[in-house]
Amino acid sequence: MDFQSLTFTDVTRNFGRRRVLNKVSFRCAAGEIVALLGANGAGKSTLLSIAATLLAPSAGRVQYGDASSSTGAALRSRIGVLGHDLFIYPELSAFENLVFFARAYGVGDVDRTVRTALERAGLEARDDPAGRFSRGMRQRLALERALLHEPRLVLLDEPFTGLDDGATMALRARLTELRGAGCIVLLATHDLETIDGVADRAVLLRGGRLILLDDLAGSLRDRYRRANRDA
Amino acid sequence: MKKDLLIEFRSREVVYTTLFFAVACVLVFAFGFVREGVAVDDAAAGILWIAIAFSGTLALGRTFERERQNDTLRALMLTPAERPALYVGKLMGVLLLLAVVEAIVTPIVALMFRAPLLAFPLLMGSLLAAGTIGFAAVGTLFAAMLVRARSRDVLLPILLYPITIPVIIAGVRGTAVLLQPEADLPVARMWLSILVFFDVVFITLALWTFEPAMTE
Repeated sequence: MDFQSLTFTDVTRNFGRRRVLNKVSFRCAAGEIVALLGANGAGKSTLLSIAATLLAPSAGRVQYGDASSSTGAALRSRIGVLGHDLFIYPELSAFENLVFFARAYGVGDVDRTVRTALERAGLEARDDPAGRFSRGMRQRLALERALLHEPRLVLLDEPFTGLDDGATMALRARLTELRGAGCIVLLATHDLETIDGVADRAVLLRGGRLILLDDLAGSLRDRYRRANRDA
Repeated sequence: MKKDLLIEFRSREVVYTTLFFAVACVLVFAFGFVREGVAVDDAAAGILWIAIAFSGTLALGRTFERERQNDTLRALMLTPAERPALYVGKLMGVLLLLAVVEAIVTPIVALMFRAPLLAFPLLMGSLLAAGTIGFAAVGTLFAAMLVRARSRDVLLPILLYPITIPVIIAGVRGTAVLLQPEADLPVARMWLSILVFFDVVFITLALWTFEPAMTE
């Protein structure tokens, strides 16, 4: 299956009595990078988990083109997720981690795909367990794991965490590549300066509600502060 | 499952801790229930199954602790593999581990309690296999559900033992009738049938509930 848009319609999510998301509605199109902003605990990771089909919304719906999350395995094969936790096995080497996930996603020519991914991550010479890597190296490996199967929808939770300047620039370039390839990129971040100029649109989650930042002028940091102040 | 085995082969953490715990359990009970070389009636059957249940709980907890540390269970849930297949893979890994434990603990129990555990190897093996499948089927589901719970170490045995008590009772009774001076094979087969029934029920329920339990 394939899809050209991701649409949230009145998505609400409660954890017990606490309402984390309150009637969140917005749409992302193919070839678009949308930055998801908000303070800690604003519900960014929850919204990403719902988009990833890991959580079901308490109310409202999420649509992937014309399909819903009940599409199951076929839909999941088109979604790539980089979580706040990195989803890599510390006991396995970078190569073994990627081979495992490439097979799980049914990637063709596993060996070539994995070697290309390792080169991109700059980890082709490392054959020790991933648990011995620095945070930045594990972050680069986790990003390649998330993109290994060429997903249509890319969900990134704090993708710049632990990256040095060179890796940050490489990730910015990679995001631009993903946009060019027609991916829908939804990324939650606090690195406003880093994504300013890369993200096509930015939305702010505050008190469970969504605020669009596109109508405001100025840098992303200015818009973020103004929207927070006015809300 | 292959990945789980590779990780376990490298760390040997779960197999060593589980095995050590099971053997220690049998030794402690042996000191309590064997007097002048004679064991209390039916003690061997009960102790064998207690060792399996306790060490199985330990193995379940440790297996999923590994997935919890880097949230890799969520990564598995994100793959296009059918979610019940993930449950089956984890269950197979736990079963293999418990099979290793049982292969070592059963002869030790036989030796310490002078119990003819290997007199009917096929029936004894079937009882152990069916009982272990029933126990691990429920345990794997609960351990996966509790992986993000703060008090998972306490909750797992609290939830697991009441539900698996029928399996443990059937395993103990089936083993005990095999260890009598004159083994009652028809009764042992009846307990085996009951265990197989529990296995079918537990695995069906687990396959049915795994996906909703993991996505809510």
